[in-house]
Amino acid sequence: MAGGIKKFVVGAFDDEKVLFPAVKNVRKAGYKIHDVYTPFPVHGLDHAMGLRETSLHTAGFIYAITGTTTALGFMSWIFTKDWPLNIGGKPHFALPAWIPITFELTVLFSAVGMVLTFCYLCQLAPFVKKHHFHARATDDLFIMAIECTDKTNDADLQNFLQNAGAKEVNVQVAETGWWLGRYDREQKLYREEKGY
Amino acid sequence: MSLLKYESQLREPLVDGNKDYHQVTEDIISPIEMKPSKLWYVGFYISVALLIFGAYSVYREVTYGIGQWNLNKTIGWGWDITNFVWWVGIGHAGTLISAILLLFRQGWRTGVNRAAEAMTIFAVMCAGQFPIWHMGRVWMFPFVFPYPNSRGPLWVNFNSPLLWDVFAISTYFTVSLLFWYSGLIPDLATVRDRAKTKLRKMLYGVASFGWTGSTKHWQRHESLSLVLAGLSTPLVLSVHTIVSFDFATSVVPGWHTTIFPPYFVAGAIFSGFAMVQTLLIVVRKVMGLQDYITLGHIEAMNKVIVLTGSIVGCAYLTELFIAWYGQNPYEWYAFSQNRANLFSPYGWSYWLMMFCNVVSPQLFWSRKLRRNITVTFFMSIVVNIGMWYERFVIIVTSIYRDFLPSSWSTYYSPSIYEIGFYLGTFGLFFTCFFLFAKYFPVIAVAEIKSILKTSGENYKAKMTDIEKSDADKFYIEEVEHAH
Repeated sequence: MAGGIKKFVVGAFDDEKVLFPAVKNVRKAGYKIHDVYTPFPVHGLDHAMGLRETSLHTAGFIYAITGTTTALGFMSWIFTKDWPLNIGGKPHFALPAWIPITFELTVLFSAVGMVLTFCYLCQLAPFVKKHHFHARATDDLFIMAIECTDKTNDADLQNFLQNAGAKEVNVQVAETGWWLGRYDREQKLYREEKGY
Repeated sequence: MSLLKYESQLREPLVDGNKDYHQVTEDIISPIEMKPSKLWYVGFYISVALLIFGAYSVYREVTYGIGQWNLNKTIGWGWDITNFVWWVGIGHAGTLISAILLLFRQGWRTGVNRAAEAMTIFAVMCAGQFPIWHMGRVWMFPFVFPYPNSRGPLWVNFNSPLLWDVFAISTYFTVSLLFWYSGLIPDLATVRDRAKTKLRKMLYGVASFGWTGSTKHWQRHESLSLVLAGLSTPLVLSVHTIVSFDFATSVVPGWHTTIFPPYFVAGAIFSGFAMVQTLLIVVRKVMGLQDYITLGHIEAMNKVIVLTGSIVGCAYLTELFIAWYGQNPYEWYAFSQNRANLFSPYGWSYWLMMFCNVVSPQLFWSRKLRRNITVTFFMSIVVNIGMWYERFVIIVTSIYRDFLPSSWSTYYSPSIYEIGFYLGTFGLFFTCFFLFAKYFPVIAVAEIKSILKTSGENYKAKMTDIEKSDADKFYIEEVEHAH
């Protein structure tokens, strides 16, 4: 996917207690938060940013059912149609004896499917190169990247972030690609959410 | 603003010392960036030597056949299957810690889960070796999988517990590996972003899959971990249940018991935690991680050991009672003569098992002993010896005197290549563990950071402020943050 060059104003916060109100104020002021990069899962930050819930678990459920039906279907077809074996005169359709394998395949399909879906959605793969806004985003800083539009005055925005408590502020230019992620549709506007 | 989740001050801190986020990274990642110590090399080379001896033993067995082992017609399962069940059992603690304790919201899990999961994966790898090489004609190994083939296609027997085992063990290995690695990705990214050398940056860059720490990614990561934990919880219970079916669905006196599934699962957790203790007591000392793997963690695991050890003890007594109460002469003979009679050929192994698994863990009712590192280390070895003998007792004492007294076995003792194979799996296990300890973060860095402000020693004091503050105000602030 062809990407353009985009400008971002980046603020680094060192405390989640400062980060939360900052996220709120930035959104209230009408700026579009591209993303916040954190060294660990900060609970409630997704809500604060107005991200919608993930439906990864629904995908997991669908994979699980696929596993169940694959296992049951496969074993029934083999033991009743393709090659019925007489095992000690027991019924060909031996449902109770198939429970262990059915269960294992349910779990296997669900786990493998979910991990692959997770990697696909987050665009994670061994040789993917992404733009990293700050090297300490995986250490001890919370990095907020705000996308600049034509109308954005980045000097103002930098001041705004500094007042909101950012320890470091800078402007970065990154070539957008699919790996930057597009959360435009993910994020609800602050106004919509609060109902005004 | 109170973003801190409230946690009672009565709870022991999970992270000792005056830590901030950066310090946590520093403490856990820096051993990766340093040259390994002399002790590491010594340990690593010993492990590799054992691995080579194991490989040679396996070579002998494949080339000359199963006759290289001292198995015979009566004792068809000996050290190989004993070792298989033993290793699988050890491989249960990791997933229990990371999955079941995650669902139970046990914060202390964060200090030990990474190493325990790694141990799980390596133990399952070792376990898998035994049934595979026991096949004798190992080149026919792929026949255990149901794939379309030119032999009919002749399918596998889906009604056989041995096939259930194939599915259980391979699923367990795959899911544990995925769970472990998905948790590792953010931490590998931390190593990548700190890397000073080009090579390290490149290698950890590849290994961390380009992780950025985006909020949306974390949200999905959390969802993934939770569902994987939910899936792994029944999975971990199913694996040893299915291993126990290998025995329980047979008609051999001593194996044919319905108590086996819960009894095997409890035993697996028991031995798994013992192995975690053995490894972590060494790791925390050698790598200086006492602040993260605290006495509190060791005590918590000892509590699990005394609980599961006692469950195992109850199971031993129950099966003994039922063998008598059931009035089946063969069953009762297997228990009263082959096992409980100290003067029968293998009586000593039964009583050794009883002592190691049932009597000795009772020491851990004492808080002082639970928090004593030397005692814990010693006990972890005792428990693992005991659990090895449990499997030996179940397997060998049930089959060495079968229904036909003329085929009652002469005394079975392993050949040097049987022992060599077992030692070889130790080599495999420790080679992998040494490499893991050197190249991977042995503690889940991101998870420690996420509990630091509720359970870190230096943050604990701040709970007083929350305790004193107005309850209504606290509620409003919390609610406001949730949206």
